[in-house]
Amino acid sequence: MERSKNDVWVGLFVLIGGAAILFLALQAANLLNLSFQSTYRIDARFDNIGGLKPKSAVRSGGVVVGRVEGITFDDQTFQARVTMALESRYKFPKDSSLKILTSGLLGDQYIGIEAGADIKTLAAGDTISATQSAIVLENLIGQFLYNKAADSGTSTADKVKK
Amino acid sequence: MRWWHPSDVGYTVRRKLGDMGYAARLFVRLVRLAGPSFKRFGLVRDQVHFLGNHSLAIIMVSGLFVGFVLGLQGYHILVDYGSTEALGQMVALSLVRELGPVVAALLFAGRAGTSLTAEIGLMKAGEQLSAMEMMAVDPIRRILAPRFWGGVIAMPLLAAVFSAVGVMGGWLVGVVMIGVDPGAFWSQMQGGVDVWKDVGNGVVKSIVFGFTVTFVALLQGYEAQATPEGVSSATTRTVVMASLAVLGLDFILTAMMFTI
Repeated sequence: MERSKNDVWVGLFVLIGGAAILFLALQAANLLNLSFQSTYRIDARFDNIGGLKPKSAVRSGGVVVGRVEGITFDDQTFQARVTMALESRYKFPKDSSLKILTSGLLGDQYIGIEAGADIKTLAAGDTISATQSAIVLENLIGQFLYNKAADSGTSTADKVKK
Repeated sequence: MRWWHPSDVGYTVRRKLGDMGYAARLFVRLVRLAGPSFKRFGLVRDQVHFLGNHSLAIIMVSGLFVGFVLGLQGYHILVDYGSTEALGQMVALSLVRELGPVVAALLFAGRAGTSLTAEIGLMKAGEQLSAMEMMAVDPIRRILAPRFWGGVIAMPLLAAVFSAVGVMGGWLVGVVMIGVDPGAFWSQMQGGVDVWKDVGNGVVKSIVFGFTVTFVALLQGYEAQATPEGVSSATTRTVVMASLAVLGLDFILTAMMFTI
């Protein structure tokens, strides 16, 4: 096949295009963060998962230690069942507890692990039931209004007594 | 003109149907000529050079300025909600998902599609295509197919360059000029952009647009009236039809990709 000086320029063009795709994949989407570490699976039951999604982060002390793999509903206990994949290099005590937290005001929800004190560590397939549900705004407001109503009820009752 | 006369309506409908069938046949023909085109890769390479390299400057400059504008506008919207850290995510998502493929395809139609139409239309007007047929050289195989595959290769690369340069433009305005925290800018972007769902779908979109724009340009050139007016109206039709097709297809693709 004949060669021409266009070869160089077309090669450069393809290289720039490939570099752009690579840049988008690595820098914008962080492909390498899909860790190729080996993981182990843990289940947990939550009363309410709020806005948690598959692929949400699992953090401990702010460091990402795993990802949520799947969320299903258990109609025996009427609870949400969350399956997480934790990186094998991190071990947690068996009595660790889980919380659903929000990063920032409008941020994503993630699972926070608080380490317990047990000597035994979590193994693949274990289920954690010491969990704290996501905070649901409607429930918070409802509770606030209920307290407010209760306060004003007692104060008017006091006035009537006087 | 008595266009409402039943026989005229019937004639128009039949002619339009015929055009559509012809276009579909030409498209299948061009796709099936992939093998022969890539065997004579020199022809395709020259077209990639002509369509891709020469469009690179306008694509990069447009991408940079679209990124600037996104950075500024995004900052002024997000500052009201006190979440300027999400600027990176917003710029990257809007570029990778929508603006990169669509604006690059519109520019590609204007920059490269018109030149394809005019070139082939003039070849037809100068009876070069007929001369090739007389010499038993198939003009679709020799002229159209390399241009088609050259455009299909160049378009996704140009869209990727547009998105990448746009992200850098957003970073320049957001982080360097306004002073958004660079760590939050990149980390929120990396948290919110998915490799396959966002970047991958953007690439799929740009490949579809590459097929669309290049095919519309070639069809209009090949079907142009062999007169100066015919070539000029074919060039105009290329821009109009390619832009409309890109925008319409973009809606359909977005509905398919991001709703479920």
